[in-house]
Amino acid sequence: MTEQPNEIELIIEPGRLKKNYWNDLWRFRELFLFLAWRDILVRYKQTIIGLAWSLIRPFLTMIVFTVIFGRLAKLPSEGVPYPILVYAAMLPWQFFSTSFSEASNSLISNSNMLTKIYFPRLIIPASTVIVNFIDFLISFIILIGLMIWYHFPPSWTILYLPLFLVLALLTAMGAGLYVAALNVKYRDFKYIIPFVVQFGLYISPVGFSSNVVPGKWRLLYSINPMVGVIDGFRWSIIGGDSQIYLPGLMLSVGLIIFLLIFGIWYFRKMEKTFADII
Amino acid sequence: MSVIIRVEHLSKSYIIRHQGQSSYVALRDVIADKVKGTFRKTKNLVTNRPVLKTPGKEEFWALNDVNFEVQQGERLGIIGRNGAGKSTLLKVLSRITEPTLGRISIKGRIASLLEVGTGFHPELTGRENIFLNGAILGMHRAEIKSKFDEIVAFSEVEKFLDTPVKRYSSGMYVRLAFAVAAYLESEILVIDEVLAVGDAEFQKKCLGKMHDASTKEGRTVLFVSHNMTAINMLCDKGIALNNGLLIDSGDIKRVVSEYLTNEKLKASFNHLDGNGLIKITKVLINGLEFEGDAKINQNISIEVVLDIQKNIEFKKAQFFVIIYDENGYDILSIFQKDSQELFKTADLKEKISINYINNLRPGIYKISIGIFNEFNEFVDWVDNCFFMRVLNQFNNEEQFDNRLGKVIVNAKFDLL
Repeated sequence: MTEQPNEIELIIEPGRLKKNYWNDLWRFRELFLFLAWRDILVRYKQTIIGLAWSLIRPFLTMIVFTVIFGRLAKLPSEGVPYPILVYAAMLPWQFFSTSFSEASNSLISNSNMLTKIYFPRLIIPASTVIVNFIDFLISFIILIGLMIWYHFPPSWTILYLPLFLVLALLTAMGAGLYVAALNVKYRDFKYIIPFVVQFGLYISPVGFSSNVVPGKWRLLYSINPMVGVIDGFRWSIIGGDSQIYLPGLMLSVGLIIFLLIFGIWYFRKMEKTFADII
Repeated sequence: MSVIIRVEHLSKSYIIRHQGQSSYVALRDVIADKVKGTFRKTKNLVTNRPVLKTPGKEEFWALNDVNFEVQQGERLGIIGRNGAGKSTLLKVLSRITEPTLGRISIKGRIASLLEVGTGFHPELTGRENIFLNGAILGMHRAEIKSKFDEIVAFSEVEKFLDTPVKRYSSGMYVRLAFAVAAYLESEILVIDEVLAVGDAEFQKKCLGKMHDASTKEGRTVLFVSHNMTAINMLCDKGIALNNGLLIDSGDIKRVVSEYLTNEKLKASFNHLDGNGLIKITKVLINGLEFEGDAKINQNISIEVVLDIQKNIEFKKAQFFVIIYDENGYDILSIFQKDSQELFKTADLKEKISINYINNLRPGIYKISIGIFNEFNEFVDWVDNCFFMRVLNQFNNEEQFDNRLGKVIVNAKFDLL
C-alpha cells in the first residue's frame, strides 16, 4: 500500500458502494488471480488423469458429432476434414457453455465468502470464467494435433483468431455475470441453465457449418451471439474458401457488447443485496 | 488520540417473510404473486374482506439509529444478546452489507474476521491456504510472504504445512485461520465470536495477540463476544446493543456489569418449580443482593429468606445450590444431604444460611437455589438469584496464575 493510513477515509452510506467500486476491483486484483489459481489447483486434485480431462471431453464430443453430422447426416464439410470443422466450433462452444453454467453457480457455491468478507463480488464469476478460459486454451492442443494428422496447414486468417478469442471471452463474461446474479435471487435458474446449454448446442453451428442455413434466414440466425463467435473461429482456423458472413458477425458483436454491458449493469445492481438474500 | 471510526444514525432493515418462506425468491412464486395480485383487490361481496390474504411481510430493524465513536488504539467490546444486532453491525462495518440509513466514516484499513477460515479450501494445503486466505482478506502477495514465518509460528502447524487442511483437527484449523487474520496489516481489527472454537490456551494466546496489536502497534480492535471474561480482559471501552438499539456505552467494566445486571433483573428470581409451600423470597450473599464479587478460597455466606405456609404435609426440607457459568453450563452443586441431616420443617424459621468456600476459577457465575422435601419433590427452585464475579485473586491477596481447570481444590500433600 502506498497510501498513508490516515489519508484514506472510507465512508459507508447507502448507495456509496458505487463510487469506489472500480478502485476496489483493482485493489483486489490479486484475489482474482488467487481464486482462479485455487480453482485450477482444486479442479484436478484427487483425479487420476488430472489435466487430461480438459482434453478428453471436447475430443469425445468431436468424435460423436463427426459421426452423427458428417457420416450419418452427411452434411457438407466444405472440403475440410469434418473433425476439424467440428472441433474448431467445439472449442468456443465448450468454453461458453461450461463458463456459463459454472459462473451461474459460482456465487452460491462461494456463499460463505459472500456473507463474511468484503470484496468486489464481480471477482467470483469473473475468475470462474478465466479458469475455463485456461482450460479452453489447453484444449487447443487437440486442434493442433488434428491439423497435423490431416495435413491441414492454417491459412493467414489465423491471425484473426485472438480477436475471436476475446469475443468468446466477452460473451461468456456477459452472460455469466447476468445469470450469476439472477441465480442468487431466483434459484429456479439452477434448473433452467442446463436446459439452455443443451438447447444452445443445437441452435448454434457446432456440429454443422452455418452455410447449411438458408441465406434469407442467416441474419435472423445470427441473433444467437455464439453464431458470430463460432463462425469467426471456423473462418479464422479453416480460412481458404470459407467466407465470413459479415452482417451476421456485426450483429453478433453488437449483441455481445450489449450483453456484456447489461450483464455488468445487472450484476452491479443486484450485488449490494447478495449478502442479505443468499 | 483521534477518532478512527465514527458511526452516525446507522440503521439497517431487513424484510422478513412469514409463512416459512426462505430469503430468496423463486421465480414461480413471483409469477404466482403477480397473478394473485390481480385478484387481491377482489373483495368478497358479502363480508367486504379481501378474498386472498397478503403474504406476511414485515420490516425488521436489525440496527436502529446507532451512534458511536471509536478512538485510535481503543479496544471496543460489543455486547448484547443473540439477535441484538452485533453481527449486523460488524457486517455493515466490514462492508459486507450496505446500511439502510446513516453513515460511517472509517480512517484506515479494516481487517475483519467474522468467521474462522472463510475461504479456506479443504483440498488445499496449509501453505496454499495461507496465501489464499491472505488474498481474500485483502493482503498482497509480498505482504503475505514477509509475514509467512510469523503466521506459521503463531499457528503452531509447521509440521502440517503441506497437508491438505481437510485433514487438520478443528483446533489446528482455527489457529491457522486466526493467525492469518491477526498478522494482516491493518489499522482496525474486527473480530466476531471466533475464539470459542479453540482451546483455552489458544484463546489466551489470541487475546494476548489482540491486546498487543492494540497497545504495541496502536491498532484499533473491535471485538464481539458472549464471553464476558474475555471481553473484560481485552477491551477498555464497550457498547451494549439490544434489539438494534445502542443502550449503553463507556468503560467496559461498567458496561459489562450493567449489562449483566439488566440481564439479571429480567431473568432473576424465576421460580422454576415447586409447590410454593415454602417460598424463597430473598437471597443475600456475603450481605449483598443480586450481585457481588468473591475471591478464590473466600468463605461464601448465603442467607436465604423464606416465606413459610402454615399447613405443610411434609416433614423435612433439603436445600441445594447450583452454580452455572456465564455460558449456562452447570459447574457446581451443593446439596445439604451430602454433608448433614436435613432440616425438620417444624424447626424452619424465616431465614437459613449456607456457608461454603469458593473454589471456582475467576469468571462470572449465576447462582440458583432450591428446596426439596424428603421425597425429593421440589418445594421451590429459584433460578438466577445472584450473579457472582470471582476475581482474579486468592483470598490471601495472591494473584490467580491463569492455570487450567474450572475448580480449585485444596488438598494435603505429604511425603511418604
